[in-house]
Amino acid sequence: MSALDELRQLRHGGGQVRKRDNKAAFWFLAPWFAGLVFITIGPVLASFGLGFTKYNLIQPPKFIGFDNFARIFSDERLHNALGVTFTYVFVSVPLQLACALVVALLLDRGMRGLAFYRSAFYLPSLLGSSVAIAVLWTQVFGTDGLVNRVLGAFGIEGKGWISDPDTALSTLIVLNVWTFGSPMVIFLAGLRQIPAVYYEAAAIDGASRWSQFWRITLPLLSPIVFFNLVLQIIHAFQSFTQAFVVSGGTGGPSDSTMFYTLYLYQQGFSRFDMGYASALAWFLLLIIAAFTAINFWAAKYWVFYDD
Amino acid sequence: MTTELSRTVGRRLSVPAKHIGLVLIGFVMLYPVLWMVVSSLRPGDEIFRSPGLILESLHAENYTEGWYALSPSFGTYLLNSAVLVLGCIVGNLVSCSMAAYAFARLHFSGKRWWFGIMLGTIMLPVHVIIVPQYVLFSQIGWVNTFLPLIVPKILATDAFFVFLMVQFIRGLPRELDEAARIDGCGHPRIFAQIILPLMKPALATTTIFTFIWTWNDFFTQLIYLTDPDMYTVPVALRSFVDSTVATSWGSQFAMSVVSIIPIFLAFLIGQRYLVKGIATTGGK
Repeated sequence: MSALDELRQLRHGGGQVRKRDNKAAFWFLAPWFAGLVFITIGPVLASFGLGFTKYNLIQPPKFIGFDNFARIFSDERLHNALGVTFTYVFVSVPLQLACALVVALLLDRGMRGLAFYRSAFYLPSLLGSSVAIAVLWTQVFGTDGLVNRVLGAFGIEGKGWISDPDTALSTLIVLNVWTFGSPMVIFLAGLRQIPAVYYEAAAIDGASRWSQFWRITLPLLSPIVFFNLVLQIIHAFQSFTQAFVVSGGTGGPSDSTMFYTLYLYQQGFSRFDMGYASALAWFLLLIIAAFTAINFWAAKYWVFYDD
Repeated sequence: MTTELSRTVGRRLSVPAKHIGLVLIGFVMLYPVLWMVVSSLRPGDEIFRSPGLILESLHAENYTEGWYALSPSFGTYLLNSAVLVLGCIVGNLVSCSMAAYAFARLHFSGKRWWFGIMLGTIMLPVHVIIVPQYVLFSQIGWVNTFLPLIVPKILATDAFFVFLMVQFIRGLPRELDEAARIDGCGHPRIFAQIILPLMKPALATTTIFTFIWTWNDFFTQLIYLTDPDMYTVPVALRSFVDSTVATSWGSQFAMSVVSIIPIFLAFLIGQRYLVKGIATTGGK
């Protein structure tokens, strides 16, 4: 059962009260409580407070009211960064999940070499967020890079994919699609849960493989699709390393790889404008929360729960 | 039943065609990585000329060049990363298993609320907490130490692993705890002597994921480690790439390969746990 199902069930209640072990629970949870106060929820609240100040780490924070939040609405570089981030998220995530699903369907049901294929397709997911792969990507999509060598062999003239503002973001989208292995593994686990009887019954009734996919596989897999969608969207909104390395920390060329997180990093940790960075952080949290909420709302119409 | 079905399905779909397709997809996907490994053993000009995988001569100088390109050498960065990873693994294993035991086995006030908050923090972006966290850690002088990176793990903030372990503990038979309790065991002993030894697979999954995620993590290490003596592998690699001209791909590739070898080894050793870890938390 996934974390999302847990949340769903929490909403619906359940669970009975028995003898309480408050004292023991306190000690077992003490590190986690401390983490909540100092590392997670505490800083979330603190960053809300900092959002109302001008603060550069050296002078004490100065209260400036809603200036930082107002700046969000007039900052054109930020609006560009939002556009870049949205394009990245809403192009790469559906493509990534589509690849994951197609390959998972090809791999399903006791085929020979399944474990081998699964590992081979999964490996890029582990490497994808590393600096090493970003370095590789810089070469592969560079003017003299591997892609252009291969295209050259077919007589096609390439270009500097990363140095051209029109294509730089696409190389990062390709990189995210390349890491389809981890949602694929989740799809595979989901496919295994679908009882084979359903397909046998459908086959006896003369259903084609195509209608079996649309009427059995997809509805029964929809909670997993939903889970992957929520997770990968949240994940993609937070992408940072690849854009940072490929652009040398600038978000260039012409801000075309300026992810929201990269802009936030520049404001906070290059310009030490901690107040604005905090406001940006909160805005990012709202954006991610909004899209997650939309996802949960939309799920009512397409996710099928078999319980 | 499954094999019977796969046989009928298999007959309908040409099996060799499927294998050829899958091998082709896999090859295209892994080609850039293979090419990087081969190219790291080529002289600079040959990297540009050769899109193939055949090595004309062995040019190991890239490795020595890259290794000593920055001061201190890559040996220091590998050691730093190793120390950091070790700290994070121990932190996660201890703190997450304790929290998981409480959520899975104890009854306490507001448990549903706390559990909900814990699940919520799985999805909390690090960017939202990094600024105040940085302010806090810089004021207590922790910048350029590993503490800002390890202490959060000791405080069970990787909620993903707490959840993973909760799921695992729930699957263990309660009769074991109850028998121990009748024999007079308190919670600390039930946890340490009964639950912990039984949850080795979940601990292995946590270990392997913590290893890979910490080894790859760039954002927080970039922020907290600015002194070259404290650089970890990703931060050093990026600084190396930034400081060299684009033509020295050989040594950049060499150090990139060095930096992903540990990931690859972890993947080989821990595949089983990786796949299970994703499947049990992701699958229904």
